[in-house]
Amino acid sequence: MTRMTRAAFNVGAALLGLLVAALIAAAILLARGSNPIFALSQMVDYGSQRPSIVAIINSATTYYLAAIAVAIGFRMNLFNIGVDGQYRLAAMLAAAFGGSVALPNGVRQIATVAVAMLVGALWAGVAAVLKAARGVSEVISTIMLNFVATGIVAYLLTANRLGYQAPGSNNIGTKPIPPSGQIVGLDLIPGAGRRVYGLIVLAVLVGLAYQLVISRTRFGFNLRATGRSETAAAASGVNVKRMIIITMLISGAIAGLVGMPNLLGESHQYSLNFPSGLGFTGIAIALLGRNHPVGIAFGALLWAFLDQSALILDIYSIPKEIVQILQAAVVLSVVVTYELVRRFALMRQQQRVGRQLSGAPDGPSSPQEVPA
Amino acid sequence: MTMGLPANPLGRSVDPSLRRPTRVRLTRSRLLLGLLGGLVVLAVVRVITGAQDLTSAGTLGATVNLALPIALAGLGGLWSERSGVVNIGLEGMMILGTWFGAQFAFISGSPWMGIVGGLVGGLIGGVVHAIATIVFGVDQIVSGVAINILGLGVGRYLSGVFFTGQAGGGPTQSPQVPTFHSLKLPGADSLFGGVEARHWLVVSDVAGLARAVLTSLNVFTILAIALVPVTWFVLWRTAFGLRLRACGENPTAAESLGVNVYRMRWIAALISGMFAGLAGAFLVNFTGIYREGQTGGRGYIGLAAMIFGNWRPGGLFAGATLFGYTDALQLRQGSTSVHALLLVLVVALAFAAVMAIRRRRPAAIVVPAGLAVLVAVLYATTSTLPSELVTYTPQIITLLVLALASQRLRMPAADGLPWRRGQRT
Repeated sequence: MTRMTRAAFNVGAALLGLLVAALIAAAILLARGSNPIFALSQMVDYGSQRPSIVAIINSATTYYLAAIAVAIGFRMNLFNIGVDGQYRLAAMLAAAFGGSVALPNGVRQIATVAVAMLVGALWAGVAAVLKAARGVSEVISTIMLNFVATGIVAYLLTANRLGYQAPGSNNIGTKPIPPSGQIVGLDLIPGAGRRVYGLIVLAVLVGLAYQLVISRTRFGFNLRATGRSETAAAASGVNVKRMIIITMLISGAIAGLVGMPNLLGESHQYSLNFPSGLGFTGIAIALLGRNHPVGIAFGALLWAFLDQSALILDIYSIPKEIVQILQAAVVLSVVVTYELVRRFALMRQQQRVGRQLSGAPDGPSSPQEVPA
Repeated sequence: MTMGLPANPLGRSVDPSLRRPTRVRLTRSRLLLGLLGGLVVLAVVRVITGAQDLTSAGTLGATVNLALPIALAGLGGLWSERSGVVNIGLEGMMILGTWFGAQFAFISGSPWMGIVGGLVGGLIGGVVHAIATIVFGVDQIVSGVAINILGLGVGRYLSGVFFTGQAGGGPTQSPQVPTFHSLKLPGADSLFGGVEARHWLVVSDVAGLARAVLTSLNVFTILAIALVPVTWFVLWRTAFGLRLRACGENPTAAESLGVNVYRMRWIAALISGMFAGLAGAFLVNFTGIYREGQTGGRGYIGLAAMIFGNWRPGGLFAGATLFGYTDALQLRQGSTSVHALLLVLVVALAFAAVMAIRRRRPAAIVVPAGLAVLVAVLYATTSTLPSELVTYTPQIITLLVLALASQRLRMPAADGLPWRRGQRT
């Protein structure tokens, strides 16, 4: 199968999965007596307004980074479910750093981002060491570390530690980053009244670097080989434990970036308003995008569109949580359709091989079964 | 092996229990001795530190109620993983269990229907997981993650539809629902409470335990506790259980002996969902209300308890009790109680180090001994712990326990691997 047909298959599978999920959501809405066509048209209407578009692009940027952080682990069968904790701890400490350490304009932004990457990597490193040295499943340890991160953030974000309370406000956050440490937004959509995060550029660069490393470097090859078969990789000289630690550190460093576009571009301080649960969003989007940077970009935009356009549903007294069900249904059905397509492709390949082996173009198809 | 490869290239595929035949067997008398020793250590630490909540009836009663949802979720994980299906969706299934448990109990006015509701809710999650992983062969962790998102969304959506407008209900919580009454032995409260209040060494601790057992149980807790031996019996003492476990160890071999692997895994996934749903219903019965975020990661902790328990019901129950106890402790004067717990931790780590010395494993001595010193210093230099961190004591304990215990574990051999009929390996 050529690359083009494979891509076409994947896109088709994604669309089919989307359709199935939409039908499920429509059935749920119908059961309640709401008109799904009306709901969808309102969502599209609202989601295509200028301010909505900016909001969608901005949250898609955040989701994109979270999904790339997850995807790099996925490529070697490593489940970093701790992106959520890594990102919040990193964003908080980086915000405290950016708000309090005076550095020249330009250096300050870079240093803030570097602190975030470092913290994210270190927090992921705990899970990495536990897995490599003690064989603790990273699925469990990263989930537990998410909780612990929540505790540490709450502990540090109090008035006599890193917390800062603006006069007349009861919302506690870190000390605000002054303009010399911020990154201005891009006025991509004129008349929206809101700017696109400047660090969207960083997200694009991360996506490019990810693809380059995965497909064009020795490290990327080792990573994919370990993901396919740990024993085979080890037999060919890959140090699996070292791969686990390095990959986890990279994943954590990217997770550390997740909060940066918002922090440096809009909020300028870390507060408890920063969304939680981004790790699971990242996992879902990485799955939708099949761990491919372009696919992930579409997945992130779709997810952000659903989030944003759902806000209009409350006005028509349709519970906007239907969108969350829709999102979960999308993940499940897309994953299923990907699997079906994979089996179909495998079957076709077997038939072709069978035909070629039997020498006749219309010979009997192969009785040989290739293990799935 | 003609290529001269080392027999063990990963350095970890050899079961440690094979390497060390001298491993201490857990007999009934050793277990009792351990439990008794634990109680004595707690009692001594309580007297030294004055943290009376270490063994108070309040803490121990709360332990029962906090440990059982974890144990039930863990049993759910055990059922499916023993058949070879990893179930990380326990958390989502538990959320479904809380919602349906609350709704059924609220509509019918009977806590028994709450149990039914929990089973139904969990079953829905189990069906989704079974369809995705067994019928379509989707990666099991992926399906589980999706179910967690789904459970959260469904809970929110249904609350918005059904609970909004009810007295005390809203998009994030249900109205008050009927619960089981606790079964109190008359007189136990005053008798043992009196002894407990004297704070005598060991005697008062036993009284606290007795008071907790005799006053804070209800029908649901007894049912939940009973499910631990029931699970053990079904999985390890019946032909059905043997077949189910065979599917988790080597499905191809099981199939060659006439076991219908798909059907076994279906049954296991459905039972797993029902256990998780039951865990959710248990939480609702405990608090008398459905609340968003109520499960608080207990599905995951249940999974950790199962891993800690080496995929066995007894170990799982011990793990759940440990997590439930630390959770109860952080709720009752957490800053003081958990600080006192540090001293217990020092004793436990020192014990681990001593055991390692006895077994002549120098590598295993350094880590627990070093940790023991660290924790002792932490204990000596502080008087209370920050409450923000104390909240997450169960999670930190989970991490510690897994870090110290996990190399002796052996998961079912085919756990997590999608399997299709006719597959050879």
